[in-house]
Amino acid sequence: MAKKKSAGKSKIGGRMKVKKVRIPQKEEVKMELKISAIEEGTVIDHIPTDSTFKVVEILDLENQNGIVSIATNLQSKSIGKKAIIKVAGKNLTQEEVNKIAIVAPDATVNIIKNYGVREKIKVKAPDSIENVVKCSNPVCITNNEQVPTKFYVVKKDPLKIKCHYCERSMGKEDIRII
Amino acid sequence: MDFKNRDIISINDFSKEELLHILNVVRQVENRPKSLLLRGKILATLFFEPSTRTRLSFTSAMGQLGGEVIGFSNANVTSIQKGESLWDTIKMTEQYADLIVIRHPLEGSARLAAEAASIPVINGGDGSNQHPTQTMLDLYTIQKTKGKLDGLHIGFVGDLKYGRTVHSLVIALSHFNPTFYFIAPDDLQISESYTDELFQKKVKYFKTADLNRFAKELDVLYVTRIQKERFPDPLEYEKFKGIYRVDVAFLRNVKKELKIMHPLPRIGEIEKSVDSTSHAAYFEQAANGIPVRKALLALALGKLK
Repeated sequence: MAKKKSAGKSKIGGRMKVKKVRIPQKEEVKMELKISAIEEGTVIDHIPTDSTFKVVEILDLENQNGIVSIATNLQSKSIGKKAIIKVAGKNLTQEEVNKIAIVAPDATVNIIKNYGVREKIKVKAPDSIENVVKCSNPVCITNNEQVPTKFYVVKKDPLKIKCHYCERSMGKEDIRII
Repeated sequence: MDFKNRDIISINDFSKEELLHILNVVRQVENRPKSLLLRGKILATLFFEPSTRTRLSFTSAMGQLGGEVIGFSNANVTSIQKGESLWDTIKMTEQYADLIVIRHPLEGSARLAAEAASIPVINGGDGSNQHPTQTMLDLYTIQKTKGKLDGLHIGFVGDLKYGRTVHSLVIALSHFNPTFYFIAPDDLQISESYTDELFQKKVKYFKTADLNRFAKELDVLYVTRIQKERFPDPLEYEKFKGIYRVDVAFLRNVKKELKIMHPLPRIGEIEKSVDSTSHAAYFEQAANGIPVRKALLALALGKLK
């Protein structure tokens, strides 16, 4: 049986030279086409697709001056389908990153400088969330008086938060951003 | 343990040790009913919705301890009608009183009031959320009538979905290794958020729609009213009204020492003939409101420790 030639190996002058070539995967190539690289800013990856626009709301990206690119329904090995958001010219703070964790607990946040990843910030669900989420209970005082809302994170996965005021619990599906 | 300036907003804010300490203080207060511990102190009762028992028992408790009471029981006669916020009402009230008791239809209002006030605030009921002084008097009644809190078999019957007294008592009793029996039709059964919590705390519980099914097991049966005001559709209320009735026939199948409790008012859930039996504990329960509230007022004002 003929021996199969290994990919990436070539024989020059009787000596074996190993040349490592990384071939971009099909999905990566496609993704490049969908979202272009940014010079400076933030890339938020591994967002569950149903949370894409909640992240947009939380970070108030509608009012950004720089370019915001959103791609959703991308294949992801870890979470099935995912979304990526690239925000040019904006570096997220740890506090903003933590807010994302409410709706995207597995997200990764990369700070981009000069087209390269300068810093990776781990998303960490906060213990409490202040003035980000609206209480789903219509008779909660926060829906009837001007009071900043406050929630405690009771369970991280699946997300369960409890209103500091009316003590009602809410799941991810009830979350509305202020 | 020092409760001076402590707000009493939710039963969830109290540990097992703190609850037991409060019950000990209640016992001391009950044995010394004549003490004028709060002479010169002023309690403001801010009742934004009607209540008879809670308001009267706080007023009586404060009076018995030598203190004075100011306040209102109808928000329509106050500046709230002019659009004043709760926050501002509290900021104003704290200038006139040493302690506030608030009842308000909006949930979380008592917590907000406590944040606004520099003086202690006691929650006298915030919508369907919390009514911690009721829970403490329920606990005290159980401890007094059964001689203990640990390891009891406790049934809850009636509106377990909306009844805040049930919710708070379930949480408070879950510190004491109980077995719970939730007796209600599916539509009024206790919500999963509570049973999930019990599961996590490894508390044993059973659900049934049949009042007689676990009758022989019970040490305490906590009966609640099906609350008409919670049903948007009157026909729905008619369907459940009078679904359970504790009567003399039911009592033939229970333990001799079973105690029946009810936060009152009752509307036919407990037949009058039960009142004269050794099982009836609901009037004693209502009477316990006074020493419990006296103890809480004195603790919050730092006159008892």
